[in-house]
Amino acid sequence: MSDKIHVPTVAELNAKGVTPDVLFWVGCAGSFDERAQKITKAMAKILSHLEINYAILGKEESCTGDPAKRAGNEFLFQMQAMNNIAIMNGYGITKIITTCPHCFNTLKNEYPELGGNYDVVHHTSYIQSLINEGRLTFGKGDYKGKKITYHDSCYLGRANGIYDAPRDILKKLDAELVELKRCRAKGLCCGAGGAQIFKEAENGSKEINVERAEEALETKASVIASNCPFCMTMLRDGVKHFNKEDEVEVLDLAELVANANDL
Amino acid sequence: MQIVQQVVFVLVFAVAVYFFYRNVSKIRRNILLGRDEDRTDNKSERLRTMFKVAFGQSKMGTRPIAAILHFFVYVGFILINIEVLEIIVDGIAGTHRAFAPIGKLYDVAIGFFEVLALLVLVGCALFLTRRFINRIPRFHKPEMKGWPTKDATIILVTEIVLMIAILKMNAADQVLQARGAEHYAQAGSFPISQFLVPFFEGFSTETLVVFERIFWWFHIIGILLFLNFLPYSKHFHIILAFPNTYYSNLKPKGQFDNIGSITNEVKTMMGMPDADPNAPPPESFGAKDIQDLTWKNIMDSYTCTECGRCTSECPANQTGKLLSPRKIMMDTRDRAEEIGKRIDSGLEPNDDKNLLSYISKEELWACTSCNACAEVCPVNIDPLNIITQLRQYLVMEKAEAPNELNMMFTNVENNGAPWQFPASDRDKWTSEL
Repeated sequence: MSDKIHVPTVAELNAKGVTPDVLFWVGCAGSFDERAQKITKAMAKILSHLEINYAILGKEESCTGDPAKRAGNEFLFQMQAMNNIAIMNGYGITKIITTCPHCFNTLKNEYPELGGNYDVVHHTSYIQSLINEGRLTFGKGDYKGKKITYHDSCYLGRANGIYDAPRDILKKLDAELVELKRCRAKGLCCGAGGAQIFKEAENGSKEINVERAEEALETKASVIASNCPFCMTMLRDGVKHFNKEDEVEVLDLAELVANANDL
Repeated sequence: MQIVQQVVFVLVFAVAVYFFYRNVSKIRRNILLGRDEDRTDNKSERLRTMFKVAFGQSKMGTRPIAAILHFFVYVGFILINIEVLEIIVDGIAGTHRAFAPIGKLYDVAIGFFEVLALLVLVGCALFLTRRFINRIPRFHKPEMKGWPTKDATIILVTEIVLMIAILKMNAADQVLQARGAEHYAQAGSFPISQFLVPFFEGFSTETLVVFERIFWWFHIIGILLFLNFLPYSKHFHIILAFPNTYYSNLKPKGQFDNIGSITNEVKTMMGMPDADPNAPPPESFGAKDIQDLTWKNIMDSYTCTECGRCTSECPANQTGKLLSPRKIMMDTRDRAEEIGKRIDSGLEPNDDKNLLSYISKEELWACTSCNACAEVCPVNIDPLNIITQLRQYLVMEKAEAPNELNMMFTNVENNGAPWQFPASDRDKWTSEL
């Protein structure tokens, strides 16, 4: 295992007169949710391992406002957005990567009109480009031939048309990708979006995440790969619903990549 | 006799066109009840989208059987219109097969139209089978009860009847042509209707002329009636599919509009230098009725042909929730129609009802904003956009968000996160690396 990793904050670099090349936007789930923190850590390890000049906002980061906006609270969204933009513009941030497709979508699509213009990249696209540039390689082949299925998150997939980057990573890991019956543009939602994860679902006959987990379990894959901390929660709960959590793991692509590099 | 037919035809045609124009104008007015939104940018991309999605039917292919059958009916509809044009010319000028002088090509065209007519007929028959015998679930959701199902049946049966009229007309015509009857010059080829000839050969020439005229009139009056049925029907999609895809949302589907009037309020509140202190405060937030939606939302609703792909792809609907994106569109159209009728009667547009009298909160709060509905719609309708505006009204005007969401708002406001964690713990994970 590597030595203790220090994750710099933008403020800390700023004090030294340095601006990071990349701001790692951690997001609320990635900061506070115990399971999602593992995704954050995996991503930080990858960035540190490659000696990328990155930093986080740390305590200065605040919710992008995405859940407020989807729930209809435009006021709160714009207040969050403008505070975040003031901070990021103050530091001269130009490029952002994030492990959350909701943060990604909001920062990339909804911030520019409010004065926040950054090159925003989802971590799966970022990892794909690191692989393509030859900076990230996989020697060991932990996942070689392993059956992995992939769940398209709505906000990376349909919302922003990114379907190939995550699949490319799985290909580079030499994994055997088993597609879900409903995938890509037809991918079924995990049930979390639109602020649903913060409330009980409306009355129905089934939970959406159970429906999706059932479909994922049908593939007989031992790993369900995801790209979103909220999908992660929903899919894990769904797998637990079928008492399969000992056989089937839900892992973020960042975690797969970090594992494959023993990070 | 001939001149009487011509006069009657011109009158019937003029009345049909007048009523169609009047009803389409009403729909146009209803659409323009919506607030303004600029969708005139990027003309070349808009044209491309329209050609691909509406003209090229590019989004139908996800359901191959429906796509093929729909393609028959669609191509049949567009091309048989050329023959309808000839029928109109004949009707006005008293000619028979006015386009025949173009020669060989005419024979090929008429032959081709006959094949298309048969394909339309088969397509519609199979559509009826799928709907009522196979009972495909998306055609039998609660919102399809009553008029929507009748509407669909009228459309399919009418198209079958009209196609049969064309073929019978051609069959009688063929016999008359073969007998060298006056006025029925040799023209056209009849690969399909030739099989109907035996039914007509036994009649006298005079009787056949009457038959041929009856079928001709039946066909054209049928078409004119069908034209006037369109503004009352979901079938209006054959017209609106084109403008509706032209005015498609070209931005990423995940990008929700920022409400401009709120931006200034927030800037003022935060004391930002570029805030305009003199800008009038926003009148209302979100949408509670038709006039608060954009004109494109209303055009979407009139374009919807109730195919139900959106509802069958909706994760909430699939798991038994009340939400059905198709119903959102149908309710929007029904409410626009209701307001339109009030305007027609000289009443105040709005009564004590609003769009939320049609769409319940339970439906609105079941949406995961996954965009499956907008993605799958073959004519680029966006139900999620309407759902979001209605949520904005519930939250910002009525403060009627579900309690858990109000708690989430409070957390975001106080802790900068949707959960009740202290903001100071945001980077705690870094110490665990």
